[in-house]
Amino acid sequence: MSKIHVQATVNGDSVEFLADPRETLLDCLRDHLDLTGAKEGCGTGDCGACSVMLNGRLVSSCLVLGVEAEGAEISTIEGMADGNELHPLQRKFIEHAALQCGFCTPGFLVAAKALLEKNPDPSESEIRFWLAGNLCRCTGYDKIVRAVQDAAAEMRGAA
Amino acid sequence: MRYHAPATFDEAIAIAAGASGVTRYLAGGTDVLVQLRAGMVTPDDLIDLKKIPGTHDITRLPDGGWRIGIAVSGAELGAHAELVADWPGVVEGMELVGSTQVQGRATLTGNLCNGSPAADSVPGLVAAGATVTIQGPNGTRELPVEQVPVKPGKTALEPGEIITAITLPARGKSAGDAYLRFIPRTEMDIAVVGCAVSLVLDGDKVTAARISLGAVAPTVLLVQDCADAIIGTTLDDAALDKLAAAASAAAKPISDKRGPKEFRVDVAGVLARRAAKIAYERAKA
Amino acid sequence: MAKDEISGKEFKWIGTTPDRPDGLDKVTGRARYGADFNLPNMLYAAVVRSPHAHARIVKIDASKALALKGVKAVVTRADLPTGLTGEDLYLQENTLAGEKALYDGHAVAAVAATSQLLAHDAAQLIEVEYEVLPHVTDVDKAMAKDAPVILPGCADHSVPEGSAPNVARMIEFGRGDLAAGYAEADLVREGHYTTEATHQGYIEPHAAVGQMGSDGKGEMWVCTQGQWYIRKMCSAVLGTDPAQLRVTPSEIGGGFGGKTTIFMEPLPLALSKKAGGRPVKLVMSRAEVLRATGPTASASMDVKMGMKRDGTITGAEVNFRMQGGPFPGASPVGEALSCAFACYDIANLNHVGWEVLANRPKCAAYRAPGSPMAAYAVESLVDELCRELDLDPIEVRLKNGVKEGVRASYGPKFKKIGLAETLEAAKAHPNYAAPLGPNQGRGVASGFWFNHGGETSVSLAVSEDGTAQVSVGTPDIGGSRASIALMAAETLGIAYENVRVNIVETGALGVNEPTHGSRATFASGKAMWEAAQGAIKEMCKRAAQKWDIDPEAVTWKDGAAWPAGDNAGKFEPLSIKEIAGEMGKTGGPISGHHESTPSGAGPSFGTHVVDVEVDPETGRVTVLRYLVTQDAGRAIHPQYVEGQYQGGAAQGIGWALNEGYIYGEDGRLQNTVFLDYRVPVASDLPMIDTVIVEVPNPGHPFGVRGVGETGITPPLPAIANAIHAATGARLRALPMNPPAVLAAIKAKG
Repeated sequence: MSKIHVQATVNGDSVEFLADPRETLLDCLRDHLDLTGAKEGCGTGDCGACSVMLNGRLVSSCLVLGVEAEGAEISTIEGMADGNELHPLQRKFIEHAALQCGFCTPGFLVAAKALLEKNPDPSESEIRFWLAGNLCRCTGYDKIVRAVQDAAAEMRGAA
Repeated sequence: MRYHAPATFDEAIAIAAGASGVTRYLAGGTDVLVQLRAGMVTPDDLIDLKKIPGTHDITRLPDGGWRIGIAVSGAELGAHAELVADWPGVVEGMELVGSTQVQGRATLTGNLCNGSPAADSVPGLVAAGATVTIQGPNGTRELPVEQVPVKPGKTALEPGEIITAITLPARGKSAGDAYLRFIPRTEMDIAVVGCAVSLVLDGDKVTAARISLGAVAPTVLLVQDCADAIIGTTLDDAALDKLAAAASAAAKPISDKRGPKEFRVDVAGVLARRAAKIAYERAKA
Repeated sequence: MAKDEISGKEFKWIGTTPDRPDGLDKVTGRARYGADFNLPNMLYAAVVRSPHAHARIVKIDASKALALKGVKAVVTRADLPTGLTGEDLYLQENTLAGEKALYDGHAVAAVAATSQLLAHDAAQLIEVEYEVLPHVTDVDKAMAKDAPVILPGCADHSVPEGSAPNVARMIEFGRGDLAAGYAEADLVREGHYTTEATHQGYIEPHAAVGQMGSDGKGEMWVCTQGQWYIRKMCSAVLGTDPAQLRVTPSEIGGGFGGKTTIFMEPLPLALSKKAGGRPVKLVMSRAEVLRATGPTASASMDVKMGMKRDGTITGAEVNFRMQGGPFPGASPVGEALSCAFACYDIANLNHVGWEVLANRPKCAAYRAPGSPMAAYAVESLVDELCRELDLDPIEVRLKNGVKEGVRASYGPKFKKIGLAETLEAAKAHPNYAAPLGPNQGRGVASGFWFNHGGETSVSLAVSEDGTAQVSVGTPDIGGSRASIALMAAETLGIAYENVRVNIVETGALGVNEPTHGSRATFASGKAMWEAAQGAIKEMCKRAAQKWDIDPEAVTWKDGAAWPAGDNAGKFEPLSIKEIAGEMGKTGGPISGHHESTPSGAGPSFGTHVVDVEVDPETGRVTVLRYLVTQDAGRAIHPQYVEGQYQGGAAQGIGWALNEGYIYGEDGRLQNTVFLDYRVPVASDLPMIDTVIVEVPNPGHPFGVRGVGETGITPPLPAIANAIHAATGARLRALPMNPPAVLAAIKAKG
C-alpha cells in the first residue's frame, strides 16, 4: 500500500504527512498530526464532531480523504483561540455551561464560528438548523444555542 | 486503493479505461467515503475529478440556461443568487442533502450518480428538465436527468463514462419551482417521500408543469398524470385534489426502515399539493 | 445519617455557577478522550462480528490473517479461561462468542496489527463458518413456548414450571386487595403498551488502550463511567488478578449508563498479552456501538387502574415483559416494576414482571433503567382516566402523589421528597396556561428515580499553600468536578479556584462504583465532606497544639481554626494557609479520606409539561414548548442541574418520537448509523424550560439529591398525552413517529 505525500496548511502552519489513500482527513489530523481535538463520533458525516474548515468551508473531516487535502488551508479547534485569548464562542460555551461531556464541543465551536462569520446575527432557528449536523446527546441544545446567541451579540458589540 | 487526481476529463477517462478492478469517481465524496468506511465498496482506483478545471463553475448559458460543474458543492450552489432566483426548487433540493458540513462537499452530480431513489436533489432536476453531459471513450452524449438512474445504486452510465456537467434550461418568465421532502426529523434524514414541482403560468393559469416524485419507486419518477392534473387550471382546490390523487396513484413505494408503503403513498399526495402551491406562488411573484 | 448540617446557613459557594474546572481543556480540544490516547510501540485492533442473529460457530480460521506481515495476534474464545459462572460467564460470552453467536454484531474474534487499516484488512481475512439457527428478537415472540431456545436452562428459581424456554426470571409483589380496590372505583381501565429498545447514543464510541504482559500485570486507558468496574470485569473475563490491572479513565464523551460495564475492553488486554505485551488500541465504530454495546430493553406492558370520580386511585396493577438480550439479569424489569407506581400512594397494588431472553445485544443501564417504559405505560393510563373523568392531570397527581411518611409502592417509607412541589411548580409556570392553537395539545406526566449511593472512596489533601486537592473515583460526565469543588470550597472555607478535583485511576484510591445511579455529586460529594472533616479535625489539632489548648476547644470557620469560645482562650484565628505552610514541622502532611457505601440517596421526582403540534396530514409531531420541574434537593451548580434536566428531556423526546432499534426479518439491526438511528438534532427541539425545586435531602450534608436520571422518564408519556390532546388519538406504542401518528389519526376516523 503506497502512501502519498501531502502538504497543507493547518491553523496557519505548513505541515506535511504521508497518507494512505484510504485514510480520511480526520485520521490524518489525529494520527499523523497529533491534532486530536476533532473527534470521530460516527464516521459517516452524521454527527459533526469532526468538523473543521477546509479552504474556508465547514466540512466533516471524516468525509474528506487525507490525500484530498494537498495544498489546502485547514483550520481546526486547536487554532480557534489566539494563544491564551479564547474566541468569544469558547468563553461563552464555558460561561453558559453549554457542554457536559464536552466530546461534541470542538465540532460545535468550529461549526458555530463558521455560522457567525457568515451571519453575525442569526435567529434561534437559523442557529438550530445550521447546527443540525452537530449532535449533542447531553445538553438538549438549549445552552448551546444560548451560548451562540450570546457570543454573536458580544461579537456584534451589542453585549 | 489507488488515488488519482487527473487534470482533464480525457485523462480521467483514460485512467478508468485502463483500470481492471473497481473504479469510483470522487466529487464531494460524501457517499463514496461512507461506503469506503463501511467496507461496502473499496475501489481499486479512486479518480478525484475536483482538480479538473471548470468543475467548480456555475455558468450562465447564452440561451439563459445554466451549466453547473460537477464539483460545485451545495453550499456554492446556494450562494449563487442568480441561480437561486431562477431555480429555487433545484437549489433547495440540493440544500436538503445532509448537514451544513455535508453541504460544504456534496454535489448535484454525486447525488445523482449515487443512484438513490431518495436523492433529494434529483426530483428538482427532473422537474426542471435538466440534462447531463456525459463523456466517455466513445465521445460525448446528452441525457435527461430522469434517464440517468436505472435502479437503486445503478445509473445509465457505461463503463468509463463520466458526467461532465449538468445543464438547466432557461427558466423564462412567470415560472417557478419547489421541492419538498418528508423526513421524521427536521434535518439529517433521508427522504421518506420527495416531490418537486416546476410550472409556468400565463396569468393565473398553469400552462406547463413537470412534477416528479422521489423515494416512492426504484428511481425518481416524472409523473405526467400529476402535470395533467394542474395544466390548464388556476391551481384551485379541485386541481390540487386531482394532483394529490395522481401523486398517490403514481407512488409505488416499498415498506422499509424509513417508512411504510401506505404512509409514503399518502404523503406523496400531501407533498405534491404543498409543493405545487409554493411553486405557483413563486411563479406569481 | 448525617443531618443537613449547614442548612439555614448562608452558602458562599453552593448555588453559584462558576466556570467548570475542565472548561478550558474542553473548549480548546485539549481534553483527552478515549481514542485520543496513544503509547509507543502500540498496535491497533479490529473485531470480527457475527452477521447472524443466532448461529453455531463451526470453525474459525485465522491463518490468512496471521500470514499478513504486521499482524501480531488473533484472539478467539479459545484464548480465554473456562469455568466461569453467572454474570462473569455472561460478560465473557458477550466479549467473545463461544459455541454460539447470540446476536447480530456479537464479537467472534479480534486481531491486532501494526496499523488500523491493516487490522481491518486482517479482520476481513478471518474466516468464520456458521451454522445459522432460528432466532427471535421480539419480546412477545421470545415469550412463546415454541420460540428458538437461546440459552438452555436460563430460568432461575423464580420462574414457574412450564414457562416458555426463554423466560429467565419472574418477579411478583404487591399489597392490599386489588378486587376491593377496583370495586371502589368509578372507572377501571386497562391498556397495553409497548416500547422499542433505544440506545444511550453517547457521541463518543468506546475506546481503550490496553497493555498486559505474560505475568498478568496490565494497564488500561479507557473511556468509562467506572474504572473499578472495568478492572473487576476485565479481570474476571481474563482470569487475571484485579489488583494487577491499573485502569485510568479518560475524559468521557457521554455514557448515560452505557459505559458502566464492559463490551470490548478485555480484548486489547488479551491481544496485548498474546502480542508480547505491546499496548493495543481498540476503538469501536458507530455501527459497532449500535450493534454490539448495551441498548436498553424493549418492553411489552399491561396496566390496569381504577379511579374514583374525585380522582382517587383505588387500585392498580402492571404486568411487564422485557427482553434484555441473550443473557439473564440484564433487563431492567425489576426497576421498571418498582418505578411503575412510585409517584402514587395507592392502597391496592400488584406488580408482575418477566425477563425474557432474545437475540439482541446484552442490555446495559440507560438513564433511570426501566423507569421510562413503566412511566410510559402508567402515566399514559392515568391520563386516559383523567380525560374520561374530566379531571385536571396535575390535580389528580397532587391528590394521589406520594409524600413524606408514605410507604412507597416498592416497599420503604419515603423520607422528605418533593413530588408535590414539582407539581405545584408546573401548575404555577406560565407554560401551563399558555394558549393552544389548532392541532396543538398539552401533556403532563411525572417521573421518579430512586438514586443511588454505592461504594465510594475519596481522599482530600491539603497542599503546602492551603489549597486542596480532592481525589475522586467517579468520572466527570457532566460537570461533577465543578460540583465537588464547590462543596469542598464550602466545607473548607476556601475559594472554589483553590480546589482541584482529580478523577483518579484505580491505583490511587479504594474501590469506587461508577458514575451511575445519579450518584457522583451525591456520593463523592458526601464522601468528600467526610474526608474534609478528617482534614479539618487535624488542622484544628495543629492549631490546638500551637495554642496549647484542648483540640476540642478549637472550631473551624471560614477557612481558619478559631478558639471555640471565650473559655478556650484568646487567639487570633489560624488560617488554612498558615496551618498548611508549617504542617511539615507540626506533624506531617494533612489529609482526610473516607470510604463507605453511603445510604440516604433521596429519590428525585419530576413533572414535565409539553405542548406539541401535530400535522394532521403527515403525523409529524413538533414540540412547541417543554417544561421540566424536578427536585434537586440542593442545586450545587444550578447550570449543570438544569443541563441534566434538559438533557434528560431531550433523550426522552427522542425515545418518544423517533428513536428505536429496527430489526429485519433476518434478525439483523437495520439502523446502525445516526442517519437512521434518529436522535434529536438541534432543529428538532425548542428551548427546554426548567424549574429547580429544592427539597433538601436529609441524607446528604448539603441536601443533594441525584438529578441525572429522573428527567428521561416523564417525556415518553407526556408527549403521548399531548398527542392525544392534539388529535384525539392515543398512541400506545413507541416510537410515536410520523407513520405511527398518522395511522392512529386515521384509525380514529
